[in-house]
Amino acid sequence: MPAAELSENKAGHRVDYTGAKMGMWIFILTEILLFGMLFLLYSIFRFRYSPEFHSSATEMDLFLGTANTAILLTSSLTMAISIEAIRKGNKGLSMLCQFLTLVFGAVFLVNKYMEWGAHISHGIYPHSPQMEQMGRGKIMFYSLYYVMTGLHGLHVILGVFVIAGMLVFTARGVVNRHDFVKIENTGLYWHFVDIVWIYLFPLFYLIA
Amino acid sequence: MTERGQAVESFGNKTYVVIWLCLLALTAATVAAAKLRFTDYAVIAAVGIATVKAGLVTTFFMHLRQEPLIIKIILFLVLAALMLIIGLTFSDVWFRYR
Repeated sequence: MPAAELSENKAGHRVDYTGAKMGMWIFILTEILLFGMLFLLYSIFRFRYSPEFHSSATEMDLFLGTANTAILLTSSLTMAISIEAIRKGNKGLSMLCQFLTLVFGAVFLVNKYMEWGAHISHGIYPHSPQMEQMGRGKIMFYSLYYVMTGLHGLHVILGVFVIAGMLVFTARGVVNRHDFVKIENTGLYWHFVDIVWIYLFPLFYLIA
Repeated sequence: MTERGQAVESFGNKTYVVIWLCLLALTAATVAAAKLRFTDYAVIAAVGIATVKAGLVTTFFMHLRQEPLIIKIILFLVLAALMLIIGLTFSDVWFRYR
């Protein structure tokens, strides 16, 4: 990295913009491999138990799944707008859009909670007596469903907390129009979480 | 951003809204397509549309175009590796259980 790209922020700490962005991209690469391997498992067991996967998918709540997709896509929009706003120095709009992103993330989690709650109330949860009696294919579908949407949900929870932190940073001026790489990286992470859901949605909800 | 070498230009909010509408439209298209045909090819179409959506998010929301070349290269390498791993493992399973 050219030395001229290193500079100092207001507090006198060295700031390396390219390094910061690269760090987040590399982290996203590791996440791609993490989720990618779960998708690999999905593809194998979907091939082995195709009819059971198709029939289990009919038990998914298509409306909630579609709503969640729209919610996350909109949250990506508000995230992008919030970064654009702070780039122009518009602190108020940026904070508003960050807050909206937070809200959308929370709504997504509430929907997930309701969905999982419905399945659990029907007796479908890991190691339940009902699940032990299901055929192998259905067990695999629901196992993958819980693990993949669960891991994704954990990422959403984490993202919500990080965005809340960014909100505080923006309010305090730590994130400002001259030094906003923190919120750019948060945006990268949030968009990645959105992309994972973009793939999860058709594979679990639309294969009925 | 005022650091040297940092791209100052970015997409405007209008572009973001247009991309968002495209994403919503593609989502609606995927759901509609899934209700029409239940064959395995519908899955390929669904994943294909999902890839287009992911591409839109990556290019426009994640500003991949404005990132340094090295980031585009390593992202491509990881995705290629992933495709290879999934493709080879899947073909192994396919031939074993056909």
